Amino acid sequence: MKKLMIGNEAVARGLYEAGVRLVSSYPGTPSTEITEYAAKYDEIYAEWAPNEKVALEVALGGAIAGGRTFCAMKHVGLNVAADPLFITAYTGINGGMVIGVADDPGMHSSQNEQDSRHYAIAAKLPMLEPADSEECCSFTKIAYELSEQFDTPFVLRSSTRVAHSQSIVELSDRNDVPLRDYVKDASKYVMMPANAKGRHVVVEKRLLDLAEFAETTELNKIEINGSSLGIITAGSSYIYSKECFGDSASYFKLGMVNPIPLKALRDFAEKHDRVIVIEELDPVLETQIKAAGIKNAKGGDVEGKNLLPLLGEFSSELLREKILGEKNEYSELSDVNIPMRPPALCSGCPHRGVFYIFKKLKLNVFGDIGCYTLGAAHPLGGMDTTLCMGASISAIHGFNKIRGKESERKSVAVIGDSTFMHSGMTGLANITYNTGVSTVVIVDNSITGMTGHQQNPCTGLTLKNQPTYAISLEAVAEAAGIAKDHIRVVDPYDIAALETVLREELEAEVPSVVICRRPCALLKYVKSAPALKIDPEKCKGCRACMAIGCPSISMVDGKAVIDSALCTGCGVCTHLCRFGAIGGNDND
Amino acid sequence: MTKNIMIVGVGGQGSLLAARILGRAALDAGYDVKVSEVHGMSQRGGSVVTYVKFGEKIYSPVICKGEADVILSFEQLEAARWLPYLKKGGVIVTSEQKINPMPVITGAAEYPSDVIGKIKDKDVTVISANTLELAREAGSEKASNVALIGLASGVIGFDEDSLRVALTASVPEKFLEMNLRAFELGIKARA
Ligand SMILES: Cc1ncc(C[n+]2csc(CCOP(=O)(O)OP(=O)(O)O)c2C)c(N)n1
Repeated sequence: MKKLMIGNEAVARGLYEAGVRLVSSYPGTPSTEITEYAAKYDEIYAEWAPNEKVALEVALGGAIAGGRTFCAMKHVGLNVAADPLFITAYTGINGGMVIGVADDPGMHSSQNEQDSRHYAIAAKLPMLEPADSEECCSFTKIAYELSEQFDTPFVLRSSTRVAHSQSIVELSDRNDVPLRDYVKDASKYVMMPANAKGRHVVVEKRLLDLAEFAETTELNKIEINGSSLGIITAGSSYIYSKECFGDSASYFKLGMVNPIPLKALRDFAEKHDRVIVIEELDPVLETQIKAAGIKNAKGGDVEGKNLLPLLGEFSSELLREKILGEKNEYSELSDVNIPMRPPALCSGCPHRGVFYIFKKLKLNVFGDIGCYTLGAAHPLGGMDTTLCMGASISAIHGFNKIRGKESERKSVAVIGDSTFMHSGMTGLANITYNTGVSTVVIVDNSITGMTGHQQNPCTGLTLKNQPTYAISLEAVAEAAGIAKDHIRVVDPYDIAALETVLREELEAEVPSVVICRRPCALLKYVKSAPALKIDPEKCKGCRACMAIGCPSISMVDGKAVIDSALCTGCGVCTHLCRFGAIGGNDND
Repeated sequence: MTKNIMIVGVGGQGSLLAARILGRAALDAGYDVKVSEVHGMSQRGGSVVTYVKFGEKIYSPVICKGEADVILSFEQLEAARWLPYLKKGGVIVTSEQKINPMPVITGAAEYPSDVIGKIKDKDVTVISANTLELAREAGSEKASNVALIGLASGVIGFDEDSLRVALTASVPEKFLEMNLRAFELGIKARA
């Protein structure tokens, strides 16, 4: 049967067909849907782990136990999971193991543009890179065979375009791979120096074997079209190249991007007058190819980043322009000023009022990663830093240690529930342990919002929607050493109460945790209140209500009006109107 | 032959379903198909774009400037924003709905006037209708995306029947009737 699937669904299908038993992941665009689709198969045990390091270790434990396992993450998630990643190369596996990582060239939904291929090289792990959904499925299955053959996890790298584009996949049945025996083997799984020395030998030997395998594997495809131009490429860059050059160039499409087949690549390069390496982000292939002294048929250098950018996502248009010097023709409304449409906090978002109060109190705000990062945008515009997950709590501590009392009184860290469980808890322990006096605001919307509503350890439901223990943020704060009367819970719709609580906790000379608790307005079970209305008689057009940047409110002919289709009746705006112009539906 | 269709709008307007219906129709017709989707950050009320490409063999899922045969737009300003992606001789099918972006809401920018007229001035064929109203008539504003497909049914490369089949395969049973009504109203508005 044929089905249209996004790359991520196709990876999940590959997991199913490969007989995978366990999936443990932490969400992150563009990798999230792999795990969501995997969870739909009854045959696969699938879970959300609190972070990527945990997820990878769970997968490794499962693989050591003899089952086929998987974990997925976005590119920056691999930073979090880097510690176990490197050790997996040493221990190897028992049941097959694949680590899915999705890069985001162009930063559609990310805080940076890093290239995961560096990790495969650094950790000495083999990496495959599919270019469409069919390959997402087939490479996943092949990765399990190879993982068991070479006794190593395989990394499956994709990028936003591959992960989130639908193309046709041919479905097969599940291969119910039997569990392998588990045999206790300290020399393989207990990584202390004496054992690890032996394992390092295995790692280096395996890498040579993999390099030899790469020379002949059908994962790499060579397509010869004349001898004038040869393109060396992989993944999404391959599809852009093919679209741009069609049959006018030869292709060496790498399906396995680490290690790369230097002998075969040399052979290919020497058959073409001009050779270009086309790869998004860093010159990972190009650097290795050049270091091996590979030249084109005329003895000239292989080209790549001399023509193409290090930044952003590629397209066939970009290749056409940079390599062929041709520009696409198009028309535009050059005489019309088209306002930008950046993403914004939704109508009824419980985070909105929190940022309004931060701004009102002129606070330094140490932000974190989540929907609430959008609080950095105009008009709420109150964020001093957004670094990486969990960094709000650790960075405010460092900032306050340097700038002292004055700063303690006017600074807050703000972090979501999922992000707090991911890596905020350790920062909080650091504050109490090291006599910090910072104020931490946890915006608890009872879901992992930014990545599209995943459950987390605080929500009381598992990935498969089974009821489970819900970790209490209050209890965690208390266990970390925050005094009970400095753990405050407020409803963020009640911005007056929030302001009072924040003032008190900022004044206090002890660390505090303020939990703003209200579920995300987009959750199915959240029933919105009737839309509010603005009385045009009472509205003076002062624009005070515009300060919260609510998508439901706009100015029409000098008066504020509320879009009844969007308004969820949260009431935050009513606190801002000095003229009592905003009221319920019965307002007249 | 490759047909390039872009679906543009504001995050949350239902472009995913529209893309799935077209992708399904292309698959049923035996074409190679690629459909890009948008997930994550830009879904939060930002400008979103989805590509549907079908033909004998499709490589890149992305449509670049000057390459779209049809742009389906859920919102006027978005039609203007993505106009450079239209091929010479291409068609814009747009809803007349307007959604203020944040810079307009905060007063930092103005929503341009007569956007559709200005696009037509560029010698571009524009088919437009108040699809939100059509959807309301069909039973739910949510079906505005399907009404737009009805409106575009003459120019997207599938006959009405194939689109009906694809629609039926793409929406949950309990919303099917309402969506079919929206689709028919879209077709009627075409004239
Ligand atoms: C290391 C890492 N993993 C995953 C992500 C993707 N990501 C961005 S925000 C977020 C979680 C946000 O959830 P929460 O903290 O509950 O805030 P909300 O979006 O619900 O407001 C995730 C998983 C990331 N940016 N970095």
